Parts: sequence; C-alpha cells; structure tokens
Amino acid sequence: MASMNEFGNNLYTGKTSFPFVGRRRLWFIIAIALVVGSILVPLFRPIQFSIEFTGGSQFTVQAPDSVDQRTATEAVHSVVPTATTKVVVVSGTDIRVQTDQMSDEETQKVSAALADAYGVEPESVTSSYIGPAWGENVTRQSLWGLAIFLALTFLILALYFRTWKMSAAAIIGLLDVLVITIGVYALAGFEISPAAVIGFLTILAYSLYDTTVVFDKIRENTTEDGDQTGRTFGESVNLAVNQTLVRSINTSIVAALPVGAILFIGAFWLGAETLTDISLSIFVGILVATYSTLFVAAPLYSLFREKEPHIVARDAKVRSARSKAVVDA
Amino acid sequence: MASSSPVRHAWRVLLGLVLVTGVLFGINALGVYGFQKSSWTPELALDLQGGTQIVLQAQTEDGSAPSQEQLDQAASIIRQRVDASGVSEADITTEGGQNIVVQIPGVADEQTRDRIKSSAQLEFRAVLATNAATTEFVGEDGESTPYPSPDPTLAATPTAEPTDASDLSWVSEKLAAEFLAYDCANPDNDPARAPKDEPLIACDDLGQAKYILGPAELDGTAITDATAGRDPKTGAWIVQLTMNDKGTEAFGEVSTRLNQYRIDGLTPRDQFAFVLDGRVISAPRMNGLILDGRPSISGSFTQESATTLADQLKFGALPLSFTVQSSGTVSATLGTQQLQIGLIAGLIGLALVAVYSLLVYRALGAVIVASIAVMGVLTYIIICILAWRMGFRLSLAGVAGLIVSIGFVADSFIVYFERIRDELRDGKSITAAVEDGWGRAKRTIYISKSINILAAVVLYILADATVKGFAFTLGLTTVIDVFIFVIFTHPVMQLLVRTRFFGNGHPLSGLDPQALGAVYRSRSQFREVATASAGRGARNARSRGEADRRQTIAERKRAEALAREASSSGRPGSASGEGEN
Repeated sequence: MASMNEFGNNLYTGKTSFPFVGRRRLWFIIAIALVVGSILVPLFRPIQFSIEFTGGSQFTVQAPDSVDQRTATEAVHSVVPTATTKVVVVSGTDIRVQTDQMSDEETQKVSAALADAYGVEPESVTSSYIGPAWGENVTRQSLWGLAIFLALTFLILALYFRTWKMSAAAIIGLLDVLVITIGVYALAGFEISPAAVIGFLTILAYSLYDTTVVFDKIRENTTEDGDQTGRTFGESVNLAVNQTLVRSINTSIVAALPVGAILFIGAFWLGAETLTDISLSIFVGILVATYSTLFVAAPLYSLFREKEPHIVARDAKVRSARSKAVVDA
Repeated sequence: MASSSPVRHAWRVLLGLVLVTGVLFGINALGVYGFQKSSWTPELALDLQGGTQIVLQAQTEDGSAPSQEQLDQAASIIRQRVDASGVSEADITTEGGQNIVVQIPGVADEQTRDRIKSSAQLEFRAVLATNAATTEFVGEDGESTPYPSPDPTLAATPTAEPTDASDLSWVSEKLAAEFLAYDCANPDNDPARAPKDEPLIACDDLGQAKYILGPAELDGTAITDATAGRDPKTGAWIVQLTMNDKGTEAFGEVSTRLNQYRIDGLTPRDQFAFVLDGRVISAPRMNGLILDGRPSISGSFTQESATTLADQLKFGALPLSFTVQSSGTVSATLGTQQLQIGLIAGLIGLALVAVYSLLVYRALGAVIVASIAVMGVLTYIIICILAWRMGFRLSLAGVAGLIVSIGFVADSFIVYFERIRDELRDGKSITAAVEDGWGRAKRTIYISKSINILAAVVLYILADATVKGFAFTLGLTTVIDVFIFVIFTHPVMQLLVRTRFFGNGHPLSGLDPQALGAVYRSRSQFREVATASAGRGARNARSRGEADRRQTIAERKRAEALAREASSSGRPGSASGEGEN
C-alpha cells in the first residue's frame, strides 16, 4: 500500500489536490441533477410500499411440495373469490401470499386451504395481519423523530463549531443523501418496508457523523490559519477535505464491507428480507453520504462563509499578495 | 521502561479495562448462578426465536385516547388472560400511549387470540354456592377420590323457573355436578365469555375457592369511582365504591335481598361477587342495607391489596375495546435461519474489515481488530446483563445495528491513525505523533459520536418497537466504542510505540515515517513544526514531552544524525524538532 501512503502524503501537503471547492459549480449541478433524478424515479417506477404500510393479510407456506404460484391463487379464491392476491416465492422454497385484509374466519379458512392445496401440515402455514393504521403510525413517528433529530443536531453542531453555517451545510448534505438513497432504493425495485425505514434512519446518523468528522478538520484548518495565511478560505476548506480524503475513503470502505456482506448473503444466498432491506439502504447510503460530504456539504459551507466581510477582505489580501509574488518572480 | 509516566498511565488504564470487564462478567455470573435469572446467551426477540406478535390498539368507548393508567391496567388484564390460557413467557408491553404489544412464543390459536382482544368485563353476580377449589373428595375408604365427570344426561335446565338472581333453582343437577368436578387450574375452563344471563362457575383470583354465581345483575359501567381508603372508625383498609343512578337503584335491590339472607343466616347466599374477566376478584358479604349507591368493601386488606382491588373495579368499569393493528407469526425455523444469516454476514464482514485494515494499516490493523474483539466481548456481556435487568431482547434489527456498528467502530481508529500519520508527516517523532494525534482525534471522535448517540436516543424515544431495538444497539455500541477508544486503543498505542517494531517505524508497522514522507521532507526543507496549538489539553502536552524524553535509542540516534545533517547543510531546525528535549 505504498502508493496509498504516497497518495495520502501528497493529499496532505497539497501536492495532489482535488478541486472539491474550486469546481463546486459543477458538483452542485451534478448534485441537483441527482436529486431531481431521484425525485423523478417514482414517476416511471412507482415506489412499492410493503404490506406493513398498505395493510393486508399475508400467508407463508413453508417448504411446500411444489412452488406453483397458481395453486395459491386458486386456494385463496376458493375462500374469498374476489380477493386480490400477490404470490411470490421466497428463499427459493417458500410461498408467500399477500391478500386484501381478511377477517379472522377467512384467515383461518385460507390457511387451511393453502395447507391443503400444497400438501403441508397446517402448522407450516403462518399468517399475519397488518391493519392499515400501523404503517401510518410508524411513518408519523419516524417523521417526528427525523424533525426533532435534525433540530437538535442543528443546535449541537452550531454550538460546537460556533457557526450555524456548518449546521446548515451538514443538514442540506444530509437531505441530499436521503433523497438520493431513497431514489436508488426505489430504482432497485425494493419495497419500502419498516426495515428499510430503519436503514434510512441509520443513514441519517451515518451521514451527519461523516460530515462532522470532515468539518472538524475544516474547523481546525480554518481556525489555525489565522490572519497570516497563504490560503484563501476556500483553499483552506479544500485542503482540509483533501487531507481527510484517505480517511473518508477508508471509512466508507470499512463501513460498507460488513453491510455489503449482509446484502450479498441476504439477497443472493438465503433470502432474509429484513436484513436485505436494511443493508441495501445502508449500503447505498454510506456511499452517497461519503460523496455528499465531499462534493456537497464541504463546498456548500465554503460558499456560505466566503461572502462574510472579514473573509472577503482576508481572501483579497491573500490573492493580492500572491499576484505580487508572481509579479516579483 | 515501565517507569515512564505515559506507560504507567497506559498500564493503569488497561488494568481498568480488565477490571470493568471482570466486573461485568461477575454481575452476569451473579445473575446466572445467584439469582438464576440471567443467562450466558442473549435473549432473542420474537423475530429471531419465532413466535406470534399481536399489536392491539386500545380505544375507550367515547373514542378518546386512553390514559396511561388505563392502558397499564388493560395490559395487566391481558397478561392475566394470557397466563390463564396456559401460555408461558408471554411478553406484554404498552407502546406509544395507545398500543399494547403481545408477544407469545409459538403460534397463538384462535381461542387465545379471541381471549386477548376481548375487552375487560366486570360483572356483579350473587353467590349461590361456594367450595374449596378441590376436585376430589375423601370417601368412606379414607382416600381422596376425584369427583366423577358430569354425566351428560343430567338435566341442564333448572327444575323450576328462578324468581330472582339468587334463586337456588338456577343450580341444575348438571351444573352441580360440573361444579364439583370443576378444576380451577385447567386453562380450558374459561368463564370469561359466559353469557350474562346464565349462572356461572368461577374461581377466585388465587384459584383457592370456586363459586356458583347467579346471572349478572350489574356490570362495570355502574361504577363511577372506586378508591382505597381507611375506615374512619376501625382504621382498617377498605375499598369505597361510588355508583351511578342506575347502579344505585339496582344495587339497592340486591342489597335488600342479600341483607335478608344475612339476617336469615343463609350463607353463602348473602355474598356478592365482583367478577372480572371470569374471575372472582372479591366476594364480600352484605353487612347492611346500602341504598345510597356508595358501598364499601372491608376485609383483611393491606394498602396494596385495597388499591389493587380499587383499580380493578375502577378500570374494569371503563372497558377498553381493542382493535388488532397487526398480527404476525414467525416460525422458529425462520427465526433461527435469520439469526444464522445475520451471524454469518457479521463474521464475513468482520473478516473483510480485518483484511482491509491489515492491508492499509499493516500491523496497526491488528489494533483495530483487537479493539473490535474487545468491543464484541463487552457488547455481548452487556446485552446478556440487559436481558436480565431490563428485559432487552435482541431482534433482527438489533443484529443489523451491531453489524453496522463494526464500521462505526473501525472509523474511530481510522480517524485516529490518520491523525497520527498527519503528525508524522509534519516530522514529529512517533511517540509525539501518537500523543498529538490523540489530542486532535479525541475532539473529532467526541463530537461525531455524540451525534450518533443523539440519533440513537431520539429514535429510541420516538420510534416503535422495531426501530427501538435497532436504536438501542446503535446507541449501546457507540457508547462502548468511545469507552474502548479511550480505555483500550489509546493506551495500547502508547505502549506499542515504545516497542522497537513500532517505535522505529518498521515498514510493516504502518508507522514508517519514510513511507509517510516525513523523513524526505525533513531532509529537504526542515519545516518548522507548529507548536502545540490551543485546544490541546495540558496533560496531552505533558505526556508528549515525557514521551520525547523517553525516546528509544534508535529514535535519538536518528534525531542526532538528522540534526548533524541539518547543521552541516546550514539550515535551522531538527527532524524531531519538538524544541522540548
């Protein structure tokens, strides 16, 4: 990993530097395009909500003799002829049937009919029922949690960094992450389930965490600059982002590895829905969060601060000193 | 080497870690062997061990949200019902001010479901006969013989039309035979759903006495209030009831009838039973005419038992109805399978993190792996203890939280190691870099982890049960993470840099100043190293100064060699340039 070290060294000294702040107009255009794209995804690919949000009854037949999906529909219709059914094979061996909400009596009959149709013991058919209010309650509580969390975070970061502009940049970056992550999630055709909601909430925490680590370095660089500095404010911010770049890369890889392991095993090997849903949202979220901190939050912070009079004055001084040096040379 | 103060400090901190770990294991051992209540394996939630979860939404009759008091009472009524149906280890909790979550291991049959979601019924019935809760009698041979099962041909209808609710003609031959054979402990005997206008066999709360009761004469709505208090004359604990107009009138009639039985000495027909959910919670004797609708119940009450009875009567009087919000069953095999997937994924994830850490940070990667291992041990034992003390159960979402936390934990070290490397690039000695890097990394870690903890706390307070489990493990692992960072990683680094391998910056140590460009730059330009900036703790500077004085021989040699070179090339500064030596 000598090359990695060298890369880190060059980033640290500024020999290699990515223009996170310098080319921010480009990054912002890309970010806006991504956000707009994510918002447009549901137009041609409607977001699927899981049964927990829509309400309904669900039956799972474990290890039936055959996984013929028509058998299930016929069994359900033998009890409730008008029921809409959605039959999928899960884990390669089990049949899962989702229907409209059924009464207790109907549920019993459908379970029995399914067990009969697939030739399994009645105990092998499990049923669940989700009332329509459940998903609503969870969503409402999650949104409340989100609002309160954002407000508190805004306050804490503002107190710690002594400027509300870092809080604002961090939270805008966070919203960017959320929208894009949900967009990618919807694009992948996954259902939004309670597990996915948990994943999105984790991403909130991760995204802000990641931004805070980078912002702390920015704080260090910009406050240590003092008045006698050879760097403009934007360059200072950019250097800080570059200096923490190796950390950002390493962290996102290390954080994504275990989540990727769950995703891989869950999706391709055995089929564990809760884990797959959580891990897909987190996996995408980690990558987007790292991107967003570097390309959105940090340049945005620089943009917010650069218009402050004393920073404008100092930057002007730095630039004039620099052009003088060029002339002298 | 052990005499230097950072080293002594480091050993002391590590000893602290060992002590904390020992104490935690001790606490759990106490739970396992002393109280017989804890276990060496974490308790699993429903989705991992299999079982049924039913979420009920409680509603009062007028549609308003129930008070927490009512909800708690309803939960305890449901708990009694579930216990009565012979299901063990049911977990009943209230949630979000309106919901009651019932978790039952295994599959809940239709009967159990019905029992759970029915609303509490408080009925007042006259006592017709009572007996000890035995199902056997001592015959002429002197041995206990069970009462025979009732003969199905016995007459089930009363011999004569009963004239009032206390009339003994309610007791048909069949009912009398059933009564003798009635087993209070049999969960199939559930009188809760018996029709109101027929006589009933019921047992008391403790299953010690059984009663034949007349048809219901009043129900819970008759009671407007029930309080526990002391009798002003005797000072004994009593329960005072207040009834509404309809209740007052009906109770007055009952009182007149039962008072006459008392005068005639017709025990137990002078008793009056309060039946909650098919169980007799109290069967006081009528001691006088009560026509004002304000009866009081006296007996051998303690403050606690009087309050319990008052609550039962009061909240039984405000029946909540329940609608099923969701109900689901996870089979035990599916739960086990999910847990396995989670564990396998976790292990693979760990292995990948270990490989990557070792690749990027060389030997330092071993510190990451060791820290994660310590973290795993602490988290495991704390989860065991929390299962015992707080009833914490590890859910699938919780497992996901644990796996995700691996990344967060590793990041603490990445931040720290990158800071150490930055310090090395500034040309500092390795020992100094570890101290100064620590000072800077510490701040970053504290603020960023507090954001994580904030997220966990907010989620935990606001979210529903599924998210709660996740938030809990996330918060828990973050706290443990910071703890380990301070009490394990830092002291271990302090000790490691004093070994020859790390202290000399061996190429495989991950701290090779040459690879990090430090030596190169110090030769070419001998930068002035910034003095410790404000914001770094005094102790930090102290231990760094100490660290410099305790440089290894090789470090000194190198510093001297570089200094010679520097003076020969006529430039100021020195490679290890702390200016504090």
